[in-house]
Amino acid sequence: MTPKLSRYDLWRKSKNALMTFLSILSGMLVILPLFMIFYYTISQGIGALNLDFFIRMPKPVGEPGGGMANALVGTAILIGLGSAFGLPIGIFAGIYLADYGSNPFGSAVRFLTDVLSGIPSIVVGVVAYLLVVLPMGHFSALAGGVAIGLLMIPTVTRTTEEMIRLVPHSYREAALALGVPIWKTTLRVILPTALKGITTGILLALARAAGETAPLLFTALGNRFWSTAIGQPIASLTVFIYDYARAPFTDWNRQAWAAAFVLITLIFLLNVVFRIVTRQRYVER
Amino acid sequence: MSNAEESRVRVIGDPSARLFSRPGNRTPAKIVVKDLNAFFGKTQALKNISIDIPSHQVVAIIGPSGCGKSTFLRCLNRMHEVGGGTMSGSILLEGENIFQYDPVLVRRRIGMVFQKANPFPTMSIFDNVAAGLRFNGLSNRKKLAAIVERCLRRAALWDEVKDSLGKSGVSLSGGQQQRLCIARTLAVDPEVVLMDEPASALDPIATAKIEELIFELKQNYTIVIVTHNMQQAARVSDFTAFFYLGELIELNATKALFTTPAKKQTEDYITGRFG
Repeated sequence: MTPKLSRYDLWRKSKNALMTFLSILSGMLVILPLFMIFYYTISQGIGALNLDFFIRMPKPVGEPGGGMANALVGTAILIGLGSAFGLPIGIFAGIYLADYGSNPFGSAVRFLTDVLSGIPSIVVGVVAYLLVVLPMGHFSALAGGVAIGLLMIPTVTRTTEEMIRLVPHSYREAALALGVPIWKTTLRVILPTALKGITTGILLALARAAGETAPLLFTALGNRFWSTAIGQPIASLTVFIYDYARAPFTDWNRQAWAAAFVLITLIFLLNVVFRIVTRQRYVER
Repeated sequence: MSNAEESRVRVIGDPSARLFSRPGNRTPAKIVVKDLNAFFGKTQALKNISIDIPSHQVVAIIGPSGCGKSTFLRCLNRMHEVGGGTMSGSILLEGENIFQYDPVLVRRRIGMVFQKANPFPTMSIFDNVAAGLRFNGLSNRKKLAAIVERCLRRAALWDEVKDSLGKSGVSLSGGQQQRLCIARTLAVDPEVVLMDEPASALDPIATAKIEELIFELKQNYTIVIVTHNMQQAARVSDFTAFFYLGELIELNATKALFTTPAKKQTEDYITGRFG
């Protein structure tokens, strides 16, 4: 039995088909840029990539070859410094907002955290310049770490808060009813339960930190030589990409692509490793 | 009853609620609640509740939804404050007012089992039972293992889980999870166990197990159970309290309350005329 479709039904069905098509198309357009980025960095970067890239220092201008060993280490140090500074503040602030933040002060913190996450990273760099570089009198890895930490704080704070709020109240009550103090309940029951989500937030923050360039330009500055001292200017992959991509030398351009490829791969690996490490041991049925 | 015992009962008992200290009734009160009022903000949830909870007995709290049964239970171990509620009056645990103590210490002596089984999802069966002890500083593996086994046995769960103590607590069935939560509560060695509709989410077989367990537990613990199910109250409890609109309407030995209720409201409720 096929009931005859009225004109209204046909019109309705075609609207439905059109909208479905448009939403599928948009879905594809969302992932298209990512695939393009992957495609270009892989195709351009992989050719320039060799062992030297990882273990050699940059060569003086005009000499071909060399690598970015110092930038790899520098980026790691900068992320480490940023994490040491940003993660504790972010996580504790998130715990505060989730557990004790139902008051005007909490609302203010929440609002200002959102504002902070919207501030252009270059402005954060300027602030770090004023806070650290000027008093020290020179650029340093420490200043870069502060800038990166400041950028990590909003993401970590808000994710920690959201994830703690997602933990069902019944677990908190169960622990409290066992005569466990509130702080220990948060530390031993709530945080482990929310760990997966919080780690995702930390990961997002780390990925963002690893990719920041602007705030590093006038804090960590960059360095063509080997340096791991946090009081001295330090090299980073992003600043190298910035410098090498603008340079008029083909060899440098190729190395910029290689650096971009390495950076993306690192962030990707970071994602995978964190996901495996924090995979919940027990899955709720 | 010796003279000393009698005088003790009189001292800690509420003169207006003499039920458990009547001659011939050898159950001195474990908890004495006097003029308890509980509030959520400005809404009063409990009005002037005075009640004695006898030692090593099961007291069931019945009443229609919203009558304050759960609130009453949560006052007894000061969980009512966790959600921001306030109370007035006094609750004496063996003569000591629990409002004068740190709620954390109160809750170690008065444990609680919740309506919905809530084992910690990140922990194994063993760790769930050991949680309360571990968080309070016990780390001796041997001692923990002994206590975990004893509590799982008391919760009638040992035989079912003894080979899978490392498995997730949430991998168990609903009824097993609830017994796991009971074992977890027993592990911190409370004197009183509060149960908030512990079987309302379970099937009849699991419910029967929990009820059997409650009967066993009263040898070692004083039990207060909130239930929606009047048959359950009749089956497991020695005394039953009927709450209505935040007030204690009637309190009596369970048999007496269900066969010869003194108050009209009680009779209407247990015969199903309202609620």
